[in-house]
Amino acid sequence: MIKVALIGAGKMGLSHLSILGAHPDVEVVGVCDTSKMVLDVMDKYTKIQGFTDYEKMIEKAKPDAVFVSVPTKFHHTMVKNLLNKRIHVFAEKPLCLTVEQSEELVQLAAANNCINQVGYHNKFVGTFREVKRIVKGGFLGDIYHFVGEAYGPVVIRKKQDTWRSDPSEGGGCLMDYASHVIDLINDILAPVESSKGSILKPVYSNNVEDAVFSLLELSSKVSGVLSVNWSDDTHRKMSTSITVIGTRGKIISDANELKVFFKDSKVPDGYSKGWNVKYITELTEPVDFYLRGEEYSAQIDYFVKTCQGKVPNTINTFHSAMLTDKAISIIKQSSK
Amino acid sequence: MERILFGDNQFFAVNHISDEKSRAQSIRFKDDESIIQTLDVARAAGSNTFMCTTHDRIGNICDMMRANPAKYGDYQVFPCMPYAHKYANAVTELGIAGTLKQYVPGNFIGSLFKGGVAYLSKDYLSIMELLIDAEMKMFKGIKTPVIFLQNVVTDLLLGLGMIDILVAFHKYVQKKYDAEAGFITMNMPMLLDKLEAAGIENPIICSSINLAGFRMSGGKEKYEEILRTRKVRAIAMQVLGGGAINPKDAIEYVCGLPNIESILFGASSKGNITQTINYINEFDKKRAS
Repeated sequence: MIKVALIGAGKMGLSHLSILGAHPDVEVVGVCDTSKMVLDVMDKYTKIQGFTDYEKMIEKAKPDAVFVSVPTKFHHTMVKNLLNKRIHVFAEKPLCLTVEQSEELVQLAAANNCINQVGYHNKFVGTFREVKRIVKGGFLGDIYHFVGEAYGPVVIRKKQDTWRSDPSEGGGCLMDYASHVIDLINDILAPVESSKGSILKPVYSNNVEDAVFSLLELSSKVSGVLSVNWSDDTHRKMSTSITVIGTRGKIISDANELKVFFKDSKVPDGYSKGWNVKYITELTEPVDFYLRGEEYSAQIDYFVKTCQGKVPNTINTFHSAMLTDKAISIIKQSSK
Repeated sequence: MERILFGDNQFFAVNHISDEKSRAQSIRFKDDESIIQTLDVARAAGSNTFMCTTHDRIGNICDMMRANPAKYGDYQVFPCMPYAHKYANAVTELGIAGTLKQYVPGNFIGSLFKGGVAYLSKDYLSIMELLIDAEMKMFKGIKTPVIFLQNVVTDLLLGLGMIDILVAFHKYVQKKYDAEAGFITMNMPMLLDKLEAAGIENPIICSSINLAGFRMSGGKEKYEEILRTRKVRAIAMQVLGGGAINPKDAIEYVCGLPNIESILFGASSKGNITQTINYINEFDKKRAS
């Protein structure tokens, strides 16, 4: 049994808490939040103990691991504190507001031998995993270009400000939404090295961008386009996709459907020359408890297994999230 | 419950395997008229129950039904609440307290948040009841013999261990709407265990049941065993695995399972609707003989 506590029972936090609650190897030992009502509901309807002060929770509940799902501006201080107490950490994305802060956490986690993971759940989506397998297997030949996209209806009218509309708290489409796509590109292809030009465009918001358009170059010298817009209500929910073009083929994939074209017969098992279509139904591993997509359960199961020493700590590490924070800062700089 | 329930995913661009298909559906069903026409096709093919989310546009469909009692007087609707995206988007924007203030009718929440008053368990159940009433408003005067809780809420509460709230939902829809409660879930074995332990016998549970084992958390074998050995009024959904399974094989599998009371499916075209219904009738007959 791994003893797990959670800080921040908002939308992501409650989702994590429910999946943790159903996990057979996890004992949820505490939840910390600023909302009296959320804690009161926990107290009345669950066996989970509530706290208003996370340090007190750590002291009393003595968790082996902590989930941090609070606004990004609090990540650095809280995670640092947890790592100094040698507690394993699962943090929500993005990891920190600056690359320096993220680098510090990467080093501290390594020095203190703490398991570290960040909630970039797309890496646990079956279609995107398959894209990576095909790309890394060299089946598309020499990759020369990519397009990474995400669209969805987060800010679809002028409205009241929250932390998501405050850049100093980690708000804005670049940090909150585009970070998912950047992280996927970093992982499937290579880390973003430079931007040839970026546009951060407000659509309805006053203080932050609602869309990100950027021309990128990766450390592998592959070029690509990033196009992300969270003010697009022609999509029912966030829709993320990636297109990768190489000398021997092309792949287009979202979280549900993967379409790949091979120019010749050197293809992976189960594929053939020309167009191939695969659906998430055949690419996803079943999970023991499903809440809102296999990937949310799978990333937590992976974290638990990492804490138990059953699998290596290699997916969505603080280091990979730090590279994403670096790309975010490159895009920000090039938009000025 | 009828053997064949007609679902509404296709009307609201919910497609589990293709974003492209989902866009095509949202173009196809832009007008409410196209929705009611498709319901008429399903009725003519033999499905007299519409199982739908409490999406705003369903309100318009209910208006059209009420305006034509001769045609729709016997038609049944199984509401599934809540339309989760509405609340999920609101929580992002307004927080949990702000969302409740926006959606719970009357001054109840305002007075609840005032001062340091200690909340009682019955206050939270009152909030739930007011939210159910708000979602049920659009169905006034329409037959709604079963009222469902959507899977994202059922499963969230299941994971958190808030089984008391599922029980309260069960009791309230019975008391207020003289309806049976149904639970949609992606975790049927776990839910059935918890509901039974809380004293709910033979519950109506709608879950993914398909040849591919897709979204059957706990494993396909476990589901099959439960259908063979336990008391549950099962509805099979996602029988076509979102369209990834060959329809004939898909239906043959589901119709061959014991103890499935109803099959839920949705489709846009007349061809697909009649084909699926014909397969169900054909394999049901085969099994009976």
